Amino acid sequence: MQHATQPHLDIEALIDDRRTRIIVCCGSGGVGKTTAAAAIGLRAAERGRHVVVLTVDPARRLAQSMGLTSLDNTPRPVPFAARARGARGPENQPHDGDVGGGSMHAMMLDMKRTFDEIVEAHADPDRAAQILANPFYQSLSSSFAGTQEYMAMEKLGQLRRADEWDLIVVDTPPSRSALDFLDAPQRLGRFLDGKLLRLLTAPAKLGGRAYLKVLNAGFGVVTGVLTKVLGGQVLKDVQTFVSALDTMFGGFRERADYTYQLLRAPGTAFLVIAAPEPDALREASYFVERLAQDGMPLAGLMLNRVHKSPAARLSAARSLAAAETLQTADDQAATALAGDAAPVRSGSRAAAGRGPARPAAHSLAIAALRLHAERMQLAATERRVTEHFTAAHPVVPVTEVPAQPDDVHDLAGLRVIGRSFGAEQA
Amino acid sequence: MPGPDSLQGVSTRDTDWEGVRLHVVTGKGGTGKTTVAGALALALASGGKRVLLMEVEGRQGIAQLFDCPPLPYAERKVAVAPSTSTQPGGEVYALMADPESALLEYLEMFYNLRHAGRALTRLGIIDFATTIAPGLRDVLLTGKAAEAVRRKESGRRVYDAVVMDAPPTGRIDRFLNVASEVSGLARVGPIRGHADTVLKVIRSPETAVHFVTLLEEMPVQETLDGIAGLHGLADGGIQAGGIMINMVRPVVLAPDQLRAAASGSVDEHELALGLKAAGLEDSVRLAADLVVELTEHARTAVAQREQQRKLAAPGQPCYELPMISDGMDLAGLYQLAAALRDQGAA
Repeated sequence: MQHATQPHLDIEALIDDRRTRIIVCCGSGGVGKTTAAAAIGLRAAERGRHVVVLTVDPARRLAQSMGLTSLDNTPRPVPFAARARGARGPENQPHDGDVGGGSMHAMMLDMKRTFDEIVEAHADPDRAAQILANPFYQSLSSSFAGTQEYMAMEKLGQLRRADEWDLIVVDTPPSRSALDFLDAPQRLGRFLDGKLLRLLTAPAKLGGRAYLKVLNAGFGVVTGVLTKVLGGQVLKDVQTFVSALDTMFGGFRERADYTYQLLRAPGTAFLVIAAPEPDALREASYFVERLAQDGMPLAGLMLNRVHKSPAARLSAARSLAAAETLQTADDQAATALAGDAAPVRSGSRAAAGRGPARPAAHSLAIAALRLHAERMQLAATERRVTEHFTAAHPVVPVTEVPAQPDDVHDLAGLRVIGRSFGAEQA
Repeated sequence: MPGPDSLQGVSTRDTDWEGVRLHVVTGKGGTGKTTVAGALALALASGGKRVLLMEVEGRQGIAQLFDCPPLPYAERKVAVAPSTSTQPGGEVYALMADPESALLEYLEMFYNLRHAGRALTRLGIIDFATTIAPGLRDVLLTGKAAEAVRRKESGRRVYDAVVMDAPPTGRIDRFLNVASEVSGLARVGPIRGHADTVLKVIRSPETAVHFVTLLEEMPVQETLDGIAGLHGLADGGIQAGGIMINMVRPVVLAPDQLRAAASGSVDEHELALGLKAAGLEDSVRLAADLVVELTEHARTAVAQREQQRKLAAPGQPCYELPMISDGMDLAGLYQLAAALRDQGAA
């Protein structure tokens, strides 16, 4: 599908390269990021890596298939080996490419728990308890736009520091825009370290009179309006919260910086995932440009759920024409029979295999040809949409993962995707 | 809940949502929520109605959908609904509501605090208040919708209906549960009063929450969870609306062929004979390849049927919207609007 000159993204090589320590799967929502992350993790384990997959919001059955039943923030071992639990079918048999000696863990991010842990790590027990009980903290830790992204990054840093795995695969939060992932942690950091929070804490901290005077002017407006709009108790809660968090600002910044550096380190590879649809590819474009701007290491684009045909030699137009030919023949046969019996429509149940002339004998071929034409049209649309991306980013390596007929919800399904990584692309 | 056979609203043409004036449209990311919200607004506008389509997540999705420049915090006409032989066409207005502007508007409207508002913006307090104060953001946005629903000019309602392109299913509970979210923050005071007004609109029969889904496991599960969750919201439940099944592709096989294909037993010989009869060369190998396609198609169709069965369980009306295969544009949008009207959604 990609341009002839477009470099091919070899996921298997990326996995096999022992220098790859972190793979970040990013992209807009609904493109199959979690599935891709899990499939990469599984394939890496098959190829002998010790891998942990950090998922953010997996589909229930997919999570269950990896043995994840609750948000517990703990990496759980995944029985990834083929032939585990008596599974049958070719996808469950060991594969030539399997190396052995690998292991796989998976975990689901609990963002509130992760945030709580940071607070507990950076504040003495009394102060921590005070923060955790504050309504503003509860709002911030469970619903602030960006907290999930920040905590995913924080967890990534923790996993990396633990150094128990030689490969970490991260699935990014299902934000609308892929860029949120890069911006949100800084946004949260900026917020926690912001002008306003300083303003709110300043009167308590600073004694300088002139400074205080200026501040008080602004502060008076702020308190006035907050009290007016929200009611009395609010301001007190805010101040308690802010002064309690004050001691932790340094810690927050430090952690955010550490993770940011980790993302730029040579062992990290960003994998942008998109479906061959305009919105998803537009996001992918923004993301690729942004990674370049920030000096982040881009591995390439994984084009997920691509429709291909094993019979691509038969064009949509010819396929439709052939279906028409057969339909006409069937209709004529039916008309010829109409003298004896009620008219028989091709494709109807009554037509299947009855009477000497079998008037609808071609219904199967007609359906197959129409279906093929539709698939070829879909493939052409996907190709056109993809070319918008490849034309703008001719040096970005691209790989395609074929659309799976069913939802992927078990290890066998992940294995099918994982094994397609090594296959030669048409 | 008004159903297709309800007796109320004996007008020229019954729809499933007679009496509903605030249509909240949610759905999992990637299901086409914004597109469906736009199509619903168009559908509701036909017959000379005026509809407001509201966006609350600051993505400018509506502007892209209707192919117009980015929307400000102001109501702009973005499309006209087609007229029929008996009725004039309607109008769709769009509004990009962001919490910061909504708070400033609120302050100005109720407290005449225009200047203070500017100072507050400079100090970052508006940003602060709308991001951190629990529920404030949501109450401002739902509040804007409630205001538009109730707004009157010289005794007449300004909008016949308001369609809100709401946050995705994962966040809809919190978004609509304004009362309890805000009560954690302010037990008394003006914001609380505002929340109570919003609540009255949201839990009235004038409001319904529609779910956009695809026939895939995760969006279907989120839809079912979302519908189940509505009963517990806003002190007494919010009315569940329709289920809009987006990007539906027709099944090309007859039922018995589908069963056979899904179980992997397509009659390859029969297919090859058919292909040969159509004059296609190398019919045997072609048949083998097409069997792969037929089997995949059948497996997808069977899996989708299972999801369709699950969607029927809660008893909400389901509407099917066809896949627009050559890319979504304005023409496609009108096509979806027509499908919604034909099926009684508007």
